[in-house]
Amino acid sequence: MTDSKYFTTTKKGEIFELKAELNSDKKEKKKEAVKKVIASMTVGKDVSALFPDVVNCMQTDNLELKKLVYLYLMNYAKSQPDMAIMAVNTFVKDCEDPNPLIRALAVRTMGCIRVDKITEYLCEPLRKCLKDEDPYVRKTAAVCVAKLHDINAQLVEDQGFLDTLKDLISDSNPMVVANAVAALSEIAESHPSSNLLDLNPQSINKLLTALNECTEWGQIFILDCLANYMPKDDREAQSICERVTPRLSHANSAVVLSAVKVLMKFMEMLSKDLDYYGTLLKKLAPPLVTLLSAEPELQYVALRNINLIVQKRPEILKHEMKVFFVKYNDPIYVKLEKLDIMIRLASQANIAQVLAELKEYATEVDVDFVRKAVRAIGRCAIKVEQSAERCVSTLLDLIQTKVNYVVQEAIVVIKDIFRKYPNKYESVIATLCENLDSLDEPEARAAMIWIVGEYAERIDNADELLESFLEGFHDESTQVQLQLLTAIVKLFLKKPTETQELVQQVLSLATQDSDNPDLRDRGYIYWRLLSTDPVAAKEVVLAEKPLISEETDLIEPTLLDELICYIGTLASVYHKPPSAFVEGSRGVVHKSLPPRTGSSESTESPDAAPSAVQAAEQPAVIPTQGDLLGDLLNLDLSPPVSGPPIATSSVQMGAVDLLGGGLDSLLRSDVGGSPAMGGSGGFAPAPSTAMPANLGAPLGSGLGDLFDLTGGVGTLSGSYVAPKTVWLPAMKAKGLEISGTFSRQVGSISMDLVLTNKALQVMSDFAIQFNRNSFGLAPAAPLQVHAPLAPNQSVEISLPLNTVGSVMKMDPLNNLQVAVKNNIDVFYFSTLYPLHILFVEDGKMERQMFLATWKDIPNENEAQFQIKDCSLNTDAVSSKLQGSNIFTIAKRNVEGQDMLYQSLKLTNGIWVLAELRIQPGNPSFTLSLKCRAPEVSQYIYQAYETILKN
Amino acid sequence: MIHSLFLINASGDIFLEKHWKSVVSRSVCDYFFEAQERASEAENVPPVIPTPHHYLLSVYRHKIFFVAVIQSEVPPLFVIEFLHRVVDTFQDYFGVCSEVMIKDNVVVVYEVLEEMLDNGFPLATESNILKELIKPPTILRTVVNTITGSTNVGDQLPTGQLSVVPWRRTGVKYTNNEAYFDVIEEIDAIIDKSGSTITAEIQGVVDACVKLTGMPDLTLSFMNPRLLDDVSFHPCVRFKRWESERILSFIPPDGNFRLLSYHVSAQNLVAIPVYVKHNISFRDSSSLGRFEITVGPKQTMGKTVEGVMVTSQMPKGVLNMTLTPSQGTHIFDPVTKLLSWDVGKINPQKLPSLKGSVSLQAGTSKPDENPTINLQFKIQQLAISGLKVNRLDMYGEKYKPFKGIKYMTKAGKFQVRT
Repeated sequence: MTDSKYFTTTKKGEIFELKAELNSDKKEKKKEAVKKVIASMTVGKDVSALFPDVVNCMQTDNLELKKLVYLYLMNYAKSQPDMAIMAVNTFVKDCEDPNPLIRALAVRTMGCIRVDKITEYLCEPLRKCLKDEDPYVRKTAAVCVAKLHDINAQLVEDQGFLDTLKDLISDSNPMVVANAVAALSEIAESHPSSNLLDLNPQSINKLLTALNECTEWGQIFILDCLANYMPKDDREAQSICERVTPRLSHANSAVVLSAVKVLMKFMEMLSKDLDYYGTLLKKLAPPLVTLLSAEPELQYVALRNINLIVQKRPEILKHEMKVFFVKYNDPIYVKLEKLDIMIRLASQANIAQVLAELKEYATEVDVDFVRKAVRAIGRCAIKVEQSAERCVSTLLDLIQTKVNYVVQEAIVVIKDIFRKYPNKYESVIATLCENLDSLDEPEARAAMIWIVGEYAERIDNADELLESFLEGFHDESTQVQLQLLTAIVKLFLKKPTETQELVQQVLSLATQDSDNPDLRDRGYIYWRLLSTDPVAAKEVVLAEKPLISEETDLIEPTLLDELICYIGTLASVYHKPPSAFVEGSRGVVHKSLPPRTGSSESTESPDAAPSAVQAAEQPAVIPTQGDLLGDLLNLDLSPPVSGPPIATSSVQMGAVDLLGGGLDSLLRSDVGGSPAMGGSGGFAPAPSTAMPANLGAPLGSGLGDLFDLTGGVGTLSGSYVAPKTVWLPAMKAKGLEISGTFSRQVGSISMDLVLTNKALQVMSDFAIQFNRNSFGLAPAAPLQVHAPLAPNQSVEISLPLNTVGSVMKMDPLNNLQVAVKNNIDVFYFSTLYPLHILFVEDGKMERQMFLATWKDIPNENEAQFQIKDCSLNTDAVSSKLQGSNIFTIAKRNVEGQDMLYQSLKLTNGIWVLAELRIQPGNPSFTLSLKCRAPEVSQYIYQAYETILKN
Repeated sequence: MIHSLFLINASGDIFLEKHWKSVVSRSVCDYFFEAQERASEAENVPPVIPTPHHYLLSVYRHKIFFVAVIQSEVPPLFVIEFLHRVVDTFQDYFGVCSEVMIKDNVVVVYEVLEEMLDNGFPLATESNILKELIKPPTILRTVVNTITGSTNVGDQLPTGQLSVVPWRRTGVKYTNNEAYFDVIEEIDAIIDKSGSTITAEIQGVVDACVKLTGMPDLTLSFMNPRLLDDVSFHPCVRFKRWESERILSFIPPDGNFRLLSYHVSAQNLVAIPVYVKHNISFRDSSSLGRFEITVGPKQTMGKTVEGVMVTSQMPKGVLNMTLTPSQGTHIFDPVTKLLSWDVGKINPQKLPSLKGSVSLQAGTSKPDENPTINLQFKIQQLAISGLKVNRLDMYGEKYKPFKGIKYMTKAGKFQVRT
């Protein structure tokens, strides 16, 4: 006889029959009936109608029956709150039972009944149970507080249960401690502000003691709690690490990973030249490797975490490459993760092995996996330069297999290899072209088109190839269309004579027949460029491309640091901070790694070297997608267009003529034929394009127009200039009034002055001198006032400045003391200059440099400011700042906020890195500045404010 | 913490649900079914699935999906480990863990699950303690219970629950006191085409079956403890003693348990006990290919290799295989394209081989992928890493126990590429 009998039903109606049995006098029958009810419940049948009958069975000495009734109650009390009250008396009575098992059972069940009326009755028994002599009851009661808090948080606070719970952290029984910690952690999660787990060295010590003695689950709770503690110095961090390391040998993988989290976090505080630091690094590798021999589900979570760990500290697993080799029968989700980590660990030392493996994987059956393996080969080539050649030949081998998706994937990665190592592997182009017809995926087609366009001069039939794509232009995906447009324009610029028709065709396809604004806009940009100034077009379209990054999916350092604090949690599986996805957490506290302690002077220098190396190994985050298509749009338009010399136009006469004749007539007919086009696109046909005779017009104008249309990036205006203010009032200077401001234009700083004579006599013999100042500002030329200044006359002077004067640190930093002399006297005044006049034009840092520098600058140097009441959107901000030589290096969208990563350089060579966080709709921006000379941050912030608000 | 648990069978029916907090509608499993549909095989269903309001963490064991529902940030390993513990417990209680068994014992299952978690926090997961709280069903007990009306629920607080040795109950009594240890090593290896080892590592365990009266305190020492530099212990092992003296000292749980598991990494030289000679070619021109494999012993320290089983997944283009084995039996399943050959023992004088032809689908091109050969084998009386137990001593009790040690080497994931 088995329990399956409980599932059998009779014709009469199950519920009816059960009701009769539940009310039977025979104990045995009753119990059987309750079992049937439970069985129905487990398969999701609704048996709530039996509530009163089941509750009637509660008062019994039979523990099994009691438990079964409790099980039922927990499930259905919520749907029958009034009936549930009937059960209260029994609960309260059971809480006084001499048997601790029954006491615990009663308090535990009561907590699970989510009915307000019952919780009121729960308070008294719970209070008693929290102080029960039996630890089993205490530990159950601790969890019950968490349950109650979930139902009615206010009640728990009012009744003072939280304090009692905190006291339990000092309980003599480790199991009680562990449960108290677990309960407090859960409560704290929904109350991020409350300082529930207020950890101090004493409580930490208690937790560490309990850690050794409690169950594996308790160990997880305690370790997770320890990870939130911030040790006061490196010595304390080390002693905690020492007591946590034995957990690395635990059989339960969750314990191991939680221990790894604590160690990874506290390691941050240890100095790298400590012996212990090295020991710890060595100890971390074996447990991580062991996790990979566990069940596949555990492996998956472990691999996601290892992915973070190798990004943070690649040295831990650098010798363990082989354990990540993919086994034939690993589940696909494990295979893909392993592959990812193999690439991260790939280095010159092991590249041969890795490549051999990857090649092997590329012949497997699973399509996703094969694709990723092929892609991985490309990443290896880009990451390890020495291996590039071998990677390319491996890829060619794979192309020879003619397996469709392998070929396509290989072409996509070869495109990246071309970008990374230009003019090296172009000999393979012929092979690639052979496979043109088999490409049916947009990404592969786009890649192939890019290659054809980029190397158009080496491919004899480039025009034919591109033309063949053009036939089905409107059926292609946007990606391919955009790429085709760019490629044909490139081709045209390289071989203008033969391809004029083609370019006209593609431009009209893109601008007239397309609904896609991106495509249209790009079409118009090219069109204008080509028609107004082919030379500039050449410079723009065929410009040097930004470097391709080695790894495309590295996590940005600040996020990585935060994720390290979340090792072993869901956040680490998704590689997102919990705030991004956990529901119900009302405002999650952002965790951050502890700063390294110890005297900064002594540890700084040995530190800097390795971290720089590390940074060099894992460079910038660049979204792959954009690289290919975005090269045009990424072009740095910032420096004021120093228009290409007009003289060269004669060389390009051929092209210009063509344009004049062909394109313009085309355009003109367009303008006439479809007036809607000009209006809809927002491009009023510029006169310069309509009139071929206008070719001699200033070159800048057409381009200027264009730039105006794209949002005013790089207009000639230079940086922001504040209105003039009075620096020296007349009454202080015997009638001489000086007002002025500072400006920066095209790389030179000037002081714009207005001298007004308010005295009654003529002033002459003006001269100016600066005191030594923080940035060595000095007049680059004497103050030239040509004619004597008559009474009530003003003169405007722009005084060029340089920064080669002698330097002395001023307070405030941007203070400038000026002496002005005239025929009457010498006058002194001081003024504050805005720091942005010192931002130089070449302040745009390479992405990789930026990343490395950001990491390299210690966290103490980071300063955070709020810019309030600024209503600009991200793009406007970025272009506005760019006008003042604050360059946006990367833009990312994290959790709905736009993050701008910016750099600027001061005249004295100080780099300042900035992270500007903008939340759409919120007028307050957050500005984080990192700089080796933190004292400038304040003034940089002021400069930001000035620029953005004017 | 863990909110709910759903058990789902291979055909996609939810046959058990348990909620530890409020009830979560079973419609949440629809997201799981979607993922299941996307995955080609049950093994490939991702273990963590996000849904708009919950997360589903699942393990697939014994053809059953154990799907846990969680709502807040919880360590996923904790959940997965717990699910494994549930599987182990079921197996421990009912002998096998299958849908039929679970349905047959649904009330016990429900009671056990209730004891294992409280509000999503683990409460009692040690099988010793659980068995005291809820007695496993035996035929005898069921009969007795029906007659006498007694229950299979313990009404006393389990003794182990709060002691410093939660894994052992007090008052254990045996007439025959015995302690057996099995050292079992599995070799995971990837061998390339030419027969050289790409990677090989050993996953070892020491499983124990200890039936000793009272509270015995055991020490186990090894001849070559240096091999064990990457170990995971049962909580009963005193870690400090291991750190300082490399001796395992512990009060054992009662019955069967895993004392330690260890890992001998790829960096050490791992002996490979067998080799496979293969010659598989799918010819382009005709639709017939050639297939030949021979298995032979390599570094076996003079022991016999037995229980040899060769399996290989053939490419889709293979229609059939006509093979003759020199020993054992073989099957080729033309539907799944799986070839398996049960070899049995390897006789070094007469190496087992399997030869014949492969018929390919006419007209299609040669398959691109090369089949991988999976190998299973066993070697008794040998721990391939060379690990040897030195001695076992018992303190704390007066009687003399009977002691035994067994060694065994097995193939884990042992793959030969062709």
